[in-house]
Amino acid sequence: MSTEMSTAPAAVRLEPRADHRVTLARVIRSEWIKFWTLRSSWLTLLGAVAGVIIIAQLIGYNTGKSWAHLAPEDAAPSGVMQGYFLGQLLVGVLGVLFVSGEYSTGMIRSTLAAVPTRLPVLAAKALVFFAISLGSMLPTCVVAYLGAMAFRTHYGHGASLDGNLRVVIGTGVYLALVGLIGGAIGWIVRSTAGGISSLVALLLVLPVLLEVIPGTFVKSVSKYLPSEAGSSFVSTVHAQHTLSPWAGLVVMVVWTIGAIAVAAFLLQRRDG
Amino acid sequence: MIEAQHLTKTYGDKTAVDDLSFTVRPGIVTGFLGPNGAGKSTTMRMIVGLDAPDQGSVTVNGRRYAEHPAPLSEVGVLLEAKAVHTGRSAENHLRAMAATCGIGRRRLEEVIDMVGLREVASKRVGAFSLGMGQRLGIASALLGDPATVMLDEPVNGLDPEGIRWIRGLLRGLAAEGRTVFVSSHLMSEMALTADQLIVVGRGRLIRDVPVHEFIDSASVQSVHVRSPEAGVLRDLLTGPDVTIASEAPGELDVIGLSSDEIGIRAGRAGITLFELAPVQASLEEAFMELTRDSVEYRSPMNAAGASNDEDAA
Repeated sequence: MSTEMSTAPAAVRLEPRADHRVTLARVIRSEWIKFWTLRSSWLTLLGAVAGVIIIAQLIGYNTGKSWAHLAPEDAAPSGVMQGYFLGQLLVGVLGVLFVSGEYSTGMIRSTLAAVPTRLPVLAAKALVFFAISLGSMLPTCVVAYLGAMAFRTHYGHGASLDGNLRVVIGTGVYLALVGLIGGAIGWIVRSTAGGISSLVALLLVLPVLLEVIPGTFVKSVSKYLPSEAGSSFVSTVHAQHTLSPWAGLVVMVVWTIGAIAVAAFLLQRRDG
Repeated sequence: MIEAQHLTKTYGDKTAVDDLSFTVRPGIVTGFLGPNGAGKSTTMRMIVGLDAPDQGSVTVNGRRYAEHPAPLSEVGVLLEAKAVHTGRSAENHLRAMAATCGIGRRRLEEVIDMVGLREVASKRVGAFSLGMGQRLGIASALLGDPATVMLDEPVNGLDPEGIRWIRGLLRGLAAEGRTVFVSSHLMSEMALTADQLIVVGRGRLIRDVPVHEFIDSASVQSVHVRSPEAGVLRDLLTGPDVTIASEAPGELDVIGLSSDEIGIRAGRAGITLFELAPVQASLEEAFMELTRDSVEYRSPMNAAGASNDEDAA
C-alpha cells in the first residue's frame, strides 16, 4: 500500500443526502413499478382474470342446462368457480416470474445492491404481489360467480352471492396465497424453469401422486397439501378426507408463511 | 474510501480472492488491474455485499455497505455484464432503481442525458447493444450522486468515442473529490485513466502503486543477446547493478547495461554475437510479467523455473 499520494487533492467527504434513505415504502414503490413495467406481468394477470371468468360462464351455462344429470359437487354453487384450477397456475407462475425473472436476467444484482439489507425487497415483492393479485382476483371471482349464476338462474337453478361469500371471496384469497407461494418458490429456486416446475409439482403432481397410493395415512397427509387445503376452503361440498373450510384456510396460510420464511432465510444467507 | 482487509472468498475448491487488503482513496481514479479470473469482480461484489467474504472484511467510508442507510448515494456500482431485466425499458429500469431511495424525476432525466441514452430510453433493454447496456449501467451507478463510484470493466463494448467519454467522466468524478474505483484487464487503458494501480493476480495483491511509479519501473530497457558463447559472455557482463536472465540456451536478456557496452565487452573478448537488440518493455508486457509471476507463485512446477532465473541473475 502506497503512502505517497502526490496526485490526490484533499479528500472531500460528500455527505449522502438524508432524503435518499431506503425505506420499505420506497422499496414497495420500486417493486410496484417493476411489476407494471413488464409486459409479461399484466398479460399473465389478464389471462388469469379472463380464464376464471370465462370458465365460470361456461360451467354456469352447462350446469343450468343439464341440471338433471349433474353430480352433487357439480351442482353445488362452488362448482362454477372451478376455473380457479387455471387461475392458480397463472397467478402462481406470475408469482414465480416476479422473483425468478430477476435472477434469470441478472437484475437481482442491481436490486440487492440498491437494497443491501435484502429483506425489504422480499417483503415489498410479497406485499405488492399480494395487493395486485388479491385486488384483481377478488373482483374477478365476484364477477365470475355472478355471471355464472345468471346463467343458472335463467334455468331456474340460481344461488345467492350472500350465501356463498366464503367460497367466492375465498377463491380470490386462495389464488393470491398461491401467488405468494409461487414468489417464495422463486426466491428459493432462483430460476424460472425450476420455479415453475416446483410450483406445478406442488399444486398438481403431488396431490395426484398421493391419490394413487392406497392407505389412509397417505390420505391424511394429502389433505394438508396447499391445493387440497385450498379446495376444502373454496368448496361448498365437504368431501371425505378433507379439512373443514376454515382449517383449510389456516393450513394454506401456514404454507404461505412457511414458504416465505424459508425464502427469507435463504435470501439472507446466500450470495446474491 | 474503500478499505479491504484480508478479503478471502472461495468457491468450491477455487480460491477467487486470497487475503486481499487494499485502500481506495477519494479524489483520484484507482485502477483495479488483473487478468480475467483474477478476482476483480468477486472483490467488487463483496464490496457491495452481494457476496459475503469467507474471511476478512471490507468497508466503504468506514461502514459495511449494507449498514449505509442511503446505499445508492454512498456507492454507485456498475457490475460485470448485464444486471438489468431485459423486458423493461431503460427509463423504467432507472425509475425502479431510483424509487428505492426516493431519487426524483429530475435526477433521472439528468443521468439519462449524461450517458447519452435519451433517444433509446423507452426501448426494451433486451434490444440494447453491449455499449448501450454499459451506458445504462453507468447511468444506474450515477443515479444517487454517490460519493464512491465503482465500475467493473466499464470500457467493455464501448466504441472509441464512448471510451474517451468514460475517461473524462472518471477523471471528472475524481476531481470532484469522489472515490473512483475502476477495474480493467487492459493495462493501456488504466495507464491513461488511473492515478493509482492495484494489481491482482489469482486473487492476490501483486502491486499497489501510483501509476507513474508503475510506468517508470515498467520502462526498464533490456538488451536481448544471442551468442554461441553465452556462458562466457555472461561472466563478462555480471556486475552489481546488472540483471541477466536466460530464456533459452545461447540467449541472454540483460538489464542494466546498454547495447553499446555489451557490444564493446564482447568485441574485446572476441566473442561472436548473433544478435544484440535493445528491448523496450511496454506497459502491457510489464503487466503480463507481473501477473505471470503471480501465476508462477501459485504453481510449484513453474516456481522451479522462476528460481532458476534468480540463480541466473
